[in-house]
Amino acid sequence: MKRERLNVKRDSAGLVCVGMLLLAATLHLSFSPAFAQTTLAPPQGLRVFDTPSDGGGSLTVLWSPASYDSAAAKYQVLLSEGTTVPDLAAMKVVAEFPANQRYVRESKWPWWTRPTTGEQHQFTLRNGKGVELKNGNAYSITVAAVLNDDRVIATPVQATPQPNWLNWNQMNNLILALLFGGIVFYAIGTARKREIFLRRIPGLDAVDEAIGRATELGKPILYMTGAHDMSDPSTIAAAVILGRVAKRAAAYETDLLVPHREPITMAVCQEITKQAYLEAGKPDLYKDDSNFFITSDQFSYTAAVDGIMLRKKPAANFFMGHYFAEALLLTETGASTGAIQIAGTDADHQLPFFVTTCDYTLIGEELYAASAYLSREPVQVGTLRGQDIGKALILGVLGIGTILATLGALLDMQWPQLFLDFFKDVK
Amino acid sequence: MIFLRRQVPLLITLITGIVFAAQYYVPHPASEQMLTSVTKWLQIIGGFALVLGVSSLFHVHAVKIRRKEAGWGYSFVLYVGMLGTIAVGLWSNGKEAVDGTMTAFGWIYNFMMVPLQGTMFAILAFFIASAAYRSFRARSREAAVLLIAAVIVMMGRVPLGEYLIPISGDLSQWILNVLNASVRRAILIGVSLGTVALSIKIIFGMERSYLGGGKE
Repeated sequence: MKRERLNVKRDSAGLVCVGMLLLAATLHLSFSPAFAQTTLAPPQGLRVFDTPSDGGGSLTVLWSPASYDSAAAKYQVLLSEGTTVPDLAAMKVVAEFPANQRYVRESKWPWWTRPTTGEQHQFTLRNGKGVELKNGNAYSITVAAVLNDDRVIATPVQATPQPNWLNWNQMNNLILALLFGGIVFYAIGTARKREIFLRRIPGLDAVDEAIGRATELGKPILYMTGAHDMSDPSTIAAAVILGRVAKRAAAYETDLLVPHREPITMAVCQEITKQAYLEAGKPDLYKDDSNFFITSDQFSYTAAVDGIMLRKKPAANFFMGHYFAEALLLTETGASTGAIQIAGTDADHQLPFFVTTCDYTLIGEELYAASAYLSREPVQVGTLRGQDIGKALILGVLGIGTILATLGALLDMQWPQLFLDFFKDVK
Repeated sequence: MIFLRRQVPLLITLITGIVFAAQYYVPHPASEQMLTSVTKWLQIIGGFALVLGVSSLFHVHAVKIRRKEAGWGYSFVLYVGMLGTIAVGLWSNGKEAVDGTMTAFGWIYNFMMVPLQGTMFAILAFFIASAAYRSFRARSREAAVLLIAAVIVMMGRVPLGEYLIPISGDLSQWILNVLNASVRRAILIGVSLGTVALSIKIIFGMERSYLGGGKE
């Protein structure tokens, strides 16, 4: 009986196993083709168009996400010249990537130029790496989905790359520039009507003191305009301040030495200095040689100016404009000669060296404010007020952004992200 | 004359300023082509301007030698060095090496110019040390803060420092990424606004002192 019972148990267990195997086989046979069809349907919603806001030679491909999007599956972007495609298989594969990559949300398009929602797939075809897209020529583009050995291809779409006349992606920049320009003009108008308070800038107050000291000691003033040429705003600012310094130097009948690294800057500074001497009523004291060229080479220039400092021992050294590694070499040598040193630079990397070795340093924007501070002309002062309003706006945006980011992280809320995206793109 | 010296340059500045500000927003190849052409013009003008610079250099040092001013010997050395290098450069056809053999011009560049430049750059290390010594003397509260921050950053940036004080690495990164970066960004925002404001003033002729001449 026991043996029979055991046999029955064995038989029933075997039957269950066989049944399970049959069921699995049936399920496999019945569901596999259907599953394969679902996973590898041709990519849907394929759109191809000329990439907007570019210089041409580029096409953008968009298509809808699919249920088979995963690292195992792949998408291929296929390209052929002309509007007709006789053989889909003959199209050139120009890109291949995992199917869970390349979404619109990962692209650099700001929200106002995004052609579709962030969930769509996106690929931008550009010239280079085996792809040559000529402006005005029509191309057929399609996308293939690949999973294991299966490959399905969407119906090709035609598009023609064209250069564009306006970069809409940078419209935020243009609007902000126009807004800031408007603020500056408004502030200038206000400054013409009433006086605007300017905070004290010790470095500029010290200009007179430095020139006075040089006059008392009977030693020259050394003025440098930085490493850049006249196309750089910091050099222009330095040249503008030179005009004020030269005028005072002329009035006090003190020698002025302006060594240059760039001939065009030298020519401009010669004109500015000449005019300053004229305005000071001392045209006879003006010397063409006060502005002189040394060399464009960084360390040769530094060695030459260091030599001038050690031999002529100027009583006041001015370092205005943009500087690189020579900053400390110049200012430390100047400090060793006991000269009053005033620096003004927008080179943030060199600021610590100037602050350490100079008596006064105009930090960043103070270099640009110097002209207004020294002249007190309404136009100049109004510009400063405009800059302050611009900074207040930026500060406000930074403050709001910080609060929203903190709230979003602390309370795990999604809505602050909308505002943060807005600020992120309007940068 | 005033028209040529004042109005014409201002008009050129206005037109080119607006055109090239707009160029930034135009991606068309024609716009890129225009920018490339103008950049080439600038390079050509710069090349001609070098004649101005070199003639200024020769003139200044010739006067020193003629008048036997203090240190005129240096001016003489400059003349010898400059004329010698020009002569050797012309002789070598401006090439540093021919068929793997160094020319005299290459010798001057590699064995005189490069070591001299390297020496000047190397002096920077000593200057940094002396400047750091001066600024790190804790004479005021600010200098003390600077000293402490500098010590932490220095410890955190070298392997031995981080080995001795493990937290110095994180602290140093925090000082650089939070305190230092935020201040740098603030300065850069100010600089950027200052640059834009100055550009607006120059383009619209409100800032003219760079042209020389008065306010007429």
